[in-house]
Amino acid sequence: MSKNSIIVPGQRGEGPEGFLTVRDLRVHFPTDDGLVKSVDGLNFTLEKGKTLGIVGESGSGKSVTSLSIMGLHRTGTKRGAPKISGEVWLDGEELVSADPERVRQLRGQKMAMIFQDPLTAMHPYYSVGAQIVEGYRAHHPGTSKKAARTRAIEMLDRVGIPQPDKRVDSYPHEFSGGMRQRAMIAMALVNDPSLLIADEPTTALDVTVQAQILDLIRDLQKEFGSAVIIITHDLGVVAELADDILVMYGGKCIERGPAASLFESPEHPYTWGLLGSMPRLDRPLQDRLIPVKGTPPSLINVPSGCAFHPRCPYAGLTGGRSDTDVPTLAEASPGHHAACHLPIADRHRIFTDEIAPRL
Amino acid sequence: MLVYFIRRLVNVVAMLLVVAAVTFAIFFMVPKLTGTDPALYYVGKIADKAAVEGARHKMGLDKPIIEQFYLFLKGLFVGRDYSTGVSVSHCAAPCFGYSFKTEQAVWPLLLNRLGVTASLAAGASVLWLVFGTATGVVSALKRRTLLDRITMTTALAGVSLPIYFTGMLASAIFVYQLGWFPHDYVELGTDPVAWAQNLMLPWITLAFLYAATYARLTRATLLDVLGEDYIRTARAKGLSERTVIGKHAMRSTLTPILTVFGMDLGGLIGGAVLTESTFNFRGLGYEAVYAINSSDLPVIMGVTLFAGFFIILANLVVDVLYAVVDPRVRLT
Repeated sequence: MSKNSIIVPGQRGEGPEGFLTVRDLRVHFPTDDGLVKSVDGLNFTLEKGKTLGIVGESGSGKSVTSLSIMGLHRTGTKRGAPKISGEVWLDGEELVSADPERVRQLRGQKMAMIFQDPLTAMHPYYSVGAQIVEGYRAHHPGTSKKAARTRAIEMLDRVGIPQPDKRVDSYPHEFSGGMRQRAMIAMALVNDPSLLIADEPTTALDVTVQAQILDLIRDLQKEFGSAVIIITHDLGVVAELADDILVMYGGKCIERGPAASLFESPEHPYTWGLLGSMPRLDRPLQDRLIPVKGTPPSLINVPSGCAFHPRCPYAGLTGGRSDTDVPTLAEASPGHHAACHLPIADRHRIFTDEIAPRL
Repeated sequence: MLVYFIRRLVNVVAMLLVVAAVTFAIFFMVPKLTGTDPALYYVGKIADKAAVEGARHKMGLDKPIIEQFYLFLKGLFVGRDYSTGVSVSHCAAPCFGYSFKTEQAVWPLLLNRLGVTASLAAGASVLWLVFGTATGVVSALKRRTLLDRITMTTALAGVSLPIYFTGMLASAIFVYQLGWFPHDYVELGTDPVAWAQNLMLPWITLAFLYAATYARLTRATLLDVLGEDYIRTARAKGLSERTVIGKHAMRSTLTPILTVFGMDLGGLIGGAVLTESTFNFRGLGYEAVYAINSSDLPVIMGVTLFAGFFIILANLVVDVLYAVVDPRVRLT
C-alpha cells in the first residue's frame, strides 16, 4: 500500500476517508482544581489492516483517547464525566454524538479493547470461558450457550492456550500473566472486531512473554485484517508492530509519520528524547541512557506556546516563538508531520550532528 | 474438603470447650474467691445449714472444681443424676443442670427461648438484608444526589440511635398511642398470622438498626467495585448497563455483605439482648439478663454456651459459603 495510512484530515464536514477517522478530538475533565485538558485537538486516520502506535509518557492523553473512541468515559452530567468534542468516525458512523446505546452495540463487536493489567481486567468470580461466552452472546443474542462455549474454546485455541477445552472452565487467577493476556485477547476478538485497541498490552508482563503477545497480536491482525491501535510508552513495542506512529505530548499530537521514517529521522526534540531514553541492542553500548529532562506538563496549566518548551534544550533557537505560539503540525517529509518551531533545516542539522551519534 | 470439615469441626468443639471452661471458671470460681457460696444461691439466704449442705451435695458443689467441670461436660453428653441421698432426679442429655431459681431443667428452657429469639432474628434479618442492600445500591448508583444524601443521613441516624431508644419510641407510638401492633409473643405453630403481627414492630426496629449498617456497607463496597478494571472490561464488551451492574458489580459487592450477614445472624441468635429486653420478649437475650441479675448459674452457663455455639457455627457457615461464592478461596 503506497498510500500513507495517516493523512491530514480534510476540511470539516467532509465525509471521512479512513476506516477510523478522529477529528479535532478534545476530552476535558472538569475538576476542583480546574479543567484538565487530557486530549486537546487530536487528529488521525487509520485504515483497516494497519497498525497505529500511539506513544507518549504517563498523562499525555493516550489512554483517554482510546477510552473516548470506545465511548467508555462517563457521559452526560455524571460527576467526573469529561466534556468530549470533535468527531470519531468508525466505518462511516460518527461516535461522539451518537446515541450511547448505539455505541454500546458497537463496543465489543466492531471495536474491542485489550487492557493493561489482565489480572484486574478480568472478573475474579467468573471463569475465563464464561467471560468470553458472555461477550459473544451479548452481540449474538440467538446463540445457544453450547455454541458460544464452542466458540470460546475455539478462540482460546486460536490465541495459543493449551488444552483450551479444559482451560475454558479455569478462573483468571489460575492462569499465568501471559495466559491471562491471551485470554483477554481471545475475549476481545471473539466477535471479529474490525478495530482493536490495545492499551499497554504488555506493560504488566515479563519481557519474554511480551514478545509472544506482540507476535500474537500481529498474527491475529494479519488473519482478521482488522485495524489496530497500540498504545504504549515503550517505543520498542511499536517499533515491532506499528505501520505508523503518533507521538503525544500534553494532550496533543506533536509528531506522526510512518514508523520507519519516524525511527530513521525523527523530527521533534521530544521524540529525540524518547529515542535517547530507549535501550537498543542493535547499537553499540552507551554509558547510560539519556532521560528526557524535567517532568510531564500540567494538563490544567499547560505551558504557553509549545507545551514542550520548558523541557526543550533547543527552545532558545526559535526566536522566542516557543513560549508564545502553539506550533502546528507541518509536513517535514512526505507523510511525516511534526509540530515544532525549529526550522526544518535546523532540525535536520541538529539531529544529524548532535542526536544521531548518541543514539 | 473432607479433611477441612473434620478439622473445622474439631476446631468448633475445641472452641466451645474453651468457652465452657472460661464461663465455668468465672461463674463458679469467682463466688469462691469472694467468699460467697453458690449453694446459697440455690437454697436462698435464710436456709439452715443442713439444707445448704444438702443442696451442695446434690449439685455436686462439694466436689473439686475440675471434677465439677467434668461432671458438667459429662452431663452435656450422657445426662446426669442429681441425688440428695433420698431422692434421685435424672437430667437427660444434653444436661445443662437445673435453674437455681425455678428448678426447671435448663435445656428445655433454652430451646423454648431459642424459638423466640430465632423468630425475632429470622424476620428482622430478611428485612434488613433486603432493604439495607437495596438502599445501598440505589444510593451508590445515585451518588451525590439528594436521594443519596437523605438515605445516608437516615442510615447514620439508624446506626447511631440505640435500639432501646428507637424501640421504646416505636412502642410508645405504634403500640400504646395508635394500637397498631399487639406485642406479646405468640408461637409460630399456634397462629402464624399473630406471630408475624406481634413480631412486626421488633422486626422493624431491629432491622432499622442493621439495615443502616448494611446500606452504608453496600454503598461503599459497590462504589469501590464500580471503579474496578473488570467493570470497565464488562462495559468494553458491550454489555448493557443492567448486566454490568446487576451481574458483574453485584456479584463482588454481595460477597463481603454475606460475611457480615452470617456473623450478625449468628450473634443475634445467640441473643438479641437489648431488643428482647426493650420489647419484653422472653428470648435467650432476655433470659441471659434475667439469669445474670439473679445469679442463676446453670442458666448463665447454658445461654453462654448456646450463644457461643451459634456464633462459631455462623463463622463456619460463612467460611464455607465464601468458598462457594469466590472461586479463589479454597477450603484447605
